[in-house]
Amino acid sequence: MNHMQLVSKLTAVLGSNQRVLHKENELYAYECDGYVAQRGRPRAVVFPETTEEVAAIVQLLHREKVPFLPRGAGTGLSGGATALNNEVVISLVRMNQLLHVDYDNMRAVVQPGFINLQLTKQIAKENAYYAPDPSSQSACTIGGNLAENAGGSHCLKYGVTTNHIVAAKVVLPTGEIAELGATYGDALGYDLLGLLIGSEGTLGIATEITVRILRKPQAVKTIMAWFDRVDEASDTVSQVIGAGIIPAAMEMMDQLAMQAVDKSNYHVGYPADIEAALLIEVDGLVEAVAAETDQIVDICKQHQVRAVRVAETDAQRALWWSSRKMAFGAMGRISPNYLVQDGVIPRTKLTEVLARIREISVSSGLRIANVFHAGDGNLHPLICYDASIPFETEKAMMVGSDILKVCVDVGGSITGEHGVGIEKINDMHYLFTEAELKAQIAVRAVFNPEDLCNSGKLIPKPGRCAEVKRASTMISQHLETYIKTSHGSNSHSM
Amino acid sequence: MDQGLSLHSDPISKDLYSVCVHCGFCLEVCPTYQQLGNENESPRGRVYLMKAAAEGTLPFDESVIDPVFNCLDCRACETVCPSGVQVGTLIEEARGQALSHIKQSGLEKFLHDLFLRKIFPSPGRLQRIRKLLRFYQVSHVQQVVRRSGALRLLPTHLREMEAVLPSVSRASARSVLPKESEQTKGVTKGRIALFTGCVMDVFFSEIHMATVRVALRNHLHVSVPKDQICCGALQIHAGDREQARMMAKHNIDVFLQSGADYIVLNAAGCGAAMKEYKELFHDDPVYRERAELFSSKVRDIAEILLEVGYEKPKSRLERTVTYHDACHLAHAQNIRSAPRELLRAIDGLTLIEMNDADRCCGSAGIYNITHPEMAAQLRERKLADLPHNVEVVAMGNPGCMLQIKAGLYAQGLTMDVVHTVELLDEAYRLEREVQ
Ligand SMILES: Cc1cc2nc3c(=O)[nH]c(=O)nc-3n(C[C@H](O)[C@H](O)[C@H](O)COP(=O)(O)OP(=O)(O)OC[C@H]3O[C@@H](n4cnc5c(N)ncnc54)[C@H](O)[C@@H]3O)c2cc1C
Ligand code: SF4
Ligand code: SF4
Repeated sequence: MNHMQLVSKLTAVLGSNQRVLHKENELYAYECDGYVAQRGRPRAVVFPETTEEVAAIVQLLHREKVPFLPRGAGTGLSGGATALNNEVVISLVRMNQLLHVDYDNMRAVVQPGFINLQLTKQIAKENAYYAPDPSSQSACTIGGNLAENAGGSHCLKYGVTTNHIVAAKVVLPTGEIAELGATYGDALGYDLLGLLIGSEGTLGIATEITVRILRKPQAVKTIMAWFDRVDEASDTVSQVIGAGIIPAAMEMMDQLAMQAVDKSNYHVGYPADIEAALLIEVDGLVEAVAAETDQIVDICKQHQVRAVRVAETDAQRALWWSSRKMAFGAMGRISPNYLVQDGVIPRTKLTEVLARIREISVSSGLRIANVFHAGDGNLHPLICYDASIPFETEKAMMVGSDILKVCVDVGGSITGEHGVGIEKINDMHYLFTEAELKAQIAVRAVFNPEDLCNSGKLIPKPGRCAEVKRASTMISQHLETYIKTSHGSNSHSM
Repeated sequence: MDQGLSLHSDPISKDLYSVCVHCGFCLEVCPTYQQLGNENESPRGRVYLMKAAAEGTLPFDESVIDPVFNCLDCRACETVCPSGVQVGTLIEEARGQALSHIKQSGLEKFLHDLFLRKIFPSPGRLQRIRKLLRFYQVSHVQQVVRRSGALRLLPTHLREMEAVLPSVSRASARSVLPKESEQTKGVTKGRIALFTGCVMDVFFSEIHMATVRVALRNHLHVSVPKDQICCGALQIHAGDREQARMMAKHNIDVFLQSGADYIVLNAAGCGAAMKEYKELFHDDPVYRERAELFSSKVRDIAEILLEVGYEKPKSRLERTVTYHDACHLAHAQNIRSAPRELLRAIDGLTLIEMNDADRCCGSAGIYNITHPEMAAQLRERKLADLPHNVEVVAMGNPGCMLQIKAGLYAQGLTMDVVHTVELLDEAYRLEREVQ
């Protein structure tokens, strides 16, 4: 079917040409998501408003063997919503209603395009909130969170997205509508909902999502601690957990990250010479929170903290949190491009791994800032580069891969919450054997038999392994010579 | 300076668009994206398109130009953007580019030249129009026209606006106010020069009078430079940067000569434009420095009162009020708390916050005339957000006042729409009655 025939069929399904973008130049804005190193232009973008419309579109595309992929707000950091195969992008942002809230049983039902933070805002009047809080929560959708099994600062204590979604209506890649999970209790049989969550849009499109909501804790206290040395901060993290406290959040930022965000509208005023800032939050019953706060402040003091403060006002607390949450976006203040990695390590290896990252930074000549969920051992090294310098994008990608290898080598993993997408697809080989990857492909084939739904993401295709390896060795060799020759003249070194 | 593809002498700046890291934080605060859900009509999308056009990967055709002109220039995206992308400036530059090489249709060009190049920049012509309009309003012609039904020929949104146009003031503030305030005794807080603007002085000279009274009451010396002209904001927003520069130069000369410590205004759009004059002259060796000096003196009336210290009115004003943040006060000038603080200083006045007070009301310069459909959607949302138990909606920008008035009129609602400084002026006036 040629392009215009497809467009007119899509338009017929949606009933209006306002809901189909198809001219080449109006697809440009959909070339990538929050991961900009790789791009691809979709064939069209459609804006359904109901589950039935999504199903009808998918049936059409499945029948015609046209590849497609779902997209939320496009804040993904691993390229999950990027059209590599000229897909039709199914944008879910117009499905943005809060359908139902049941305060007695603490459940809410949302459409997939509903914005994460909006849920907390809209139920705040009943003293309720939605716990998973990715830093992008003011922009990302709950559908996108489901697909990425998003984490967030408060996931240390409350768990990631999968612990908060209880049921979902899903359009399968063949166009059938399925209901997974159960609003109350455990669903019988295989945990298909669990499989869908974190599947990065490769097993189906969520069109209605039932989430668990929580009562706001009685008290919250937020502590900011500044350390001269990173190891002192890391040791503080370990000791707090060791003392049996489970803070609601425990976040760390290094010097470069603090500098970047302090240049933005979210200025805190970090001293120029400290190596790390910790942002720790405790919540719960009033007395417990007060006691834990004192205990944490003590632990900080035992570790040569430069200064430690407890937020006095809501405004101060909000500023501290914005400063942490906006840190990725603030990289633009210090670097034309950045690539954020998402490795996981055992918490006890923090000091060691940060030192390894510093070495990689020095040897590659690329600056690396660190912002992360220290309590979970979920690192986010932000690799600064300049795409207008030849080969620097490739170099940054290679540095990213090297860092992930360090994480895996100390017993961790290549992604904590941002997904594999296209960014880390080759790193999957480092984590899994061929047999394990094949098993995952077999699972995907059950749901996505024609491999039309977000193909080329998450799991590397079999057979291409040898090819990919050959190509990547070639690139590495090429880059190594390039790095050697350009090193020293690089203005971006630390 | 490193610049993008040079389509004409004032290309889109590379160092502005290259700052965008594509994080998407700006999506959800953008009123056009909220309405449409189309990334082409989002800040991130617009920056991406402008960048592509500047780099030559995308033709500078309607796929770029439409999103650029559909932007409200409300700058809500700049408030949240952690990376500091100056979307407003980029949009204005891109509009400049577009105008320089798209052929406008005959009528469009005629209207553009008439308003942006002939009427607004010329105080004399504005005066004549003011007189004509006043004649129209006071001489029964308006009633005759209204009764005749001729207004039905106008599109609805213009008809609603006609209905709520404030009565044209008898005299423009610029011409009736003395050049210098006589009051010199007790002037302890400095000298201000009042900027009177163009349309503002036709319809809202009462607000100027109120501003002057409030300034005098707070020990400021006031001057009103007679040679000043329109600030050029509309021209900048529309992309007519050449015309805007001519007007800006004139104002810079006039106001710097006045010797005032501060240049004070009560229109958010003009304030933002005048604080950013330096951007217009970023590569002008002579005017760049003068523009910087000029901009450093510009203050909104609420801002200056807080800065130099104001006196709390000694009267009571029993009113329930809600406050709407004009985009060019909140987002462009980051003035949010000052007006609220002034309102709270009035005894008896209850301030009730509305939802999303800082979402654009759709007025946006002449956007409500050029893009009536989007403007109407945003107006509806704004009205829906007004708490229903308030009597007054206060704000710091005449454009928003007209837009919200027209909306209230269309829905048959009777709330007062006032400038913040008018409430303050009223409270000070009541003082005398108290004594
Ligand atoms: C500055 C910044 C900070 C971030 N911080 C965090 C963080 O702290 N924690 C974290 O976990 N992530 C974080 N992220 C990553 C990102 O915001 C999350 O992955 C988020 O869940 C993506 O949501 P989205 O709506 O933008 O999805 P998109 O980017 O549009 O899509 C992401 C993936 O989900 C699929 N998808 C989208 N909607 C659906 C649906 N309805 N059904 C099935 N599949 C779907 C897409 O195909 C794609 O593969 C951050 C991103 C940025 C830019
Ligand atoms: S918030 Fe700023 S940096 Fe992020 S996408 Fe928007 S304009 Fe770009
Ligand atoms: S200025 Fe306003 S309308 Fe324009 S992109 Fe920014 S938020 Fe959207």
